Amino acid sequence: MSKRIEVKDLNVYYGKFKAVEDVSLTIEPRTVTAFIGPSGCGKSTFLRTLNRMHEVIPGARVEGEVMIDGKNLYDADVDPVMVRRQVGMVFQRPNPFPTMSIADNVLAGVKLNNAKISKSDAEHLVEKSLKGANLWKEVKDRLNLPGSGLSGGQQQRLCIARAIAVSPEVILMDEPCSALDPISTLAIEDLIEELKAKYTIVIVTHNMQQASRVSDKTAFFNIAGTGEPGKLIEFDDTTTIFENPHVQATEDYISGRFG
Amino acid sequence: MTSATTSQPALRAPRRLGDRVFSIAATTSGVIILVVLASVAIFLVSKSVPALVATDKEVTDVGMSFWGNIGPLVFGTIWAAALALLFAVPFAIAIALFISHYAPRRIAQGLGYAIDLLAAIPSVVYGLWGIMVLAPAVQPIYVWLVDNVGWFPLFAGPVSGTGRTVLTVAVVLAVMILPIITALSREIFLQTPRLHEEAALALGATKWEMIKMAVLPFGRPGIISATMLGLGRALGETMAVAMVLSPAVIVSFALLQSQNPTTIAANIALNFPEAHDLGVNVLIATGLVLFIITLIVNSLARFIVNRRKAFSGAN
Repeated sequence: MSKRIEVKDLNVYYGKFKAVEDVSLTIEPRTVTAFIGPSGCGKSTFLRTLNRMHEVIPGARVEGEVMIDGKNLYDADVDPVMVRRQVGMVFQRPNPFPTMSIADNVLAGVKLNNAKISKSDAEHLVEKSLKGANLWKEVKDRLNLPGSGLSGGQQQRLCIARAIAVSPEVILMDEPCSALDPISTLAIEDLIEELKAKYTIVIVTHNMQQASRVSDKTAFFNIAGTGEPGKLIEFDDTTTIFENPHVQATEDYISGRFG
Repeated sequence: MTSATTSQPALRAPRRLGDRVFSIAATTSGVIILVVLASVAIFLVSKSVPALVATDKEVTDVGMSFWGNIGPLVFGTIWAAALALLFAVPFAIAIALFISHYAPRRIAQGLGYAIDLLAAIPSVVYGLWGIMVLAPAVQPIYVWLVDNVGWFPLFAGPVSGTGRTVLTVAVVLAVMILPIITALSREIFLQTPRLHEEAALALGATKWEMIKMAVLPFGRPGIISATMLGLGRALGETMAVAMVLSPAVIVSFALLQSQNPTTIAANIALNFPEAHDLGVNVLIATGLVLFIITLIVNSLARFIVNRRKAFSGAN
């Protein structure tokens, strides 16, 4: 269910602007990897290249390789649509489909590609996914009501349920808690801890305590200045990054001296 | 000081000039539109009453009966408008989607302007186009249809020799209402939140699946409103229908024959110059019926939109 991600010499461009330069790192299966760094350092952009979601932005392109289980995502014969079914994504702002019920939101990805699913299988999958996202108890009596009626934290867990319903191998999370209150944040963090048993998780966060709480490995990104590309400064075990970083810039950032 | 403030009954926010001016302007506008609507309704009802209660003798004198004509006229009005919607709505949605999600930006802009331009053409021009261009062009197709699928009731013969049939009218009406439906749908589609589009794409949706999942459901209330505006125009369209059709007061579903049902608005336009006395009342009474049809159709659309309000994404 989970795969190793190997990134080799990846550059990301928006048109002529180089947004991310020369990133190489390896993400092990069933781990949580956190990307930290100041705003605009390219961490979200880089995250999106792991499921080719950056292609949604006109003019965005990459150079380099992203290998998932030995297969390059950017090979000519790879369909980005298929990549995204393997590599799920949770966004900064909770985005359940407002026109769908809670149950339909969970099933949204499963019903793609004209896939047919029997009613009992669908009910089973909804329950399993919502349980997997720690949301089942709160919504089991209102599965047919709109997902937009839930609280922000519940909506975000609904989005996680929607992502895991298609059984992806990797889940990318782009600042999943930045729009949530501390209690909801805690619920999501607990959930990430549980999901780690099955999935490879990559999370972008601005909250360094969060990175140190949830992740096994941490990557620190930084930019030299406006208009310069973002770079991977240091990538190591989370404890090393937060207690004994090798690069001065990392230490400055995590100790709050800039950023 | 303390006693002075406590003696006041309640704290009131100061009313600023700008707020007052705006609230008065908005309220006045709202009231005026209601007054105008009410006065039109009152005019229609008061002028209609004589036609509704006319005796047989009065009807024979004037040669025009409300009860004898209204059925076929209502049928013709709704039939022509429904056919027009049937042609226009799928086309309009497809064009709007092309402009909002498929076309490169430059082409999209040009196409958008061209569509908006179509809305500015007066209906007399559409009528002329229907008579001089469309009718002769489609007549051979009608002949073919009657010859080959004439067993199908809608395409029953004998075929019209001029091509000026209710089907031609429906096509002209469809072209007329296409711009308004397209323009409104396009605006709605462009407003689909990027978050929802990305949510669909991140689940592995193809572009079309993303549109089905995020864009169309989000735009549904807008599409319905746009369709209703188009329908309103089709129901009330006068010149284009009056020019293309040679009118007959009949109920017939046949699309290709020379005998075609006419519409309320076209009937009023054609007969008003020669109407007198009770005849005028009869025509106005048919106008009242058109008014009521429009009201019912719009209420129905409101009802459909409101029924799924919780799922509209407005919350």
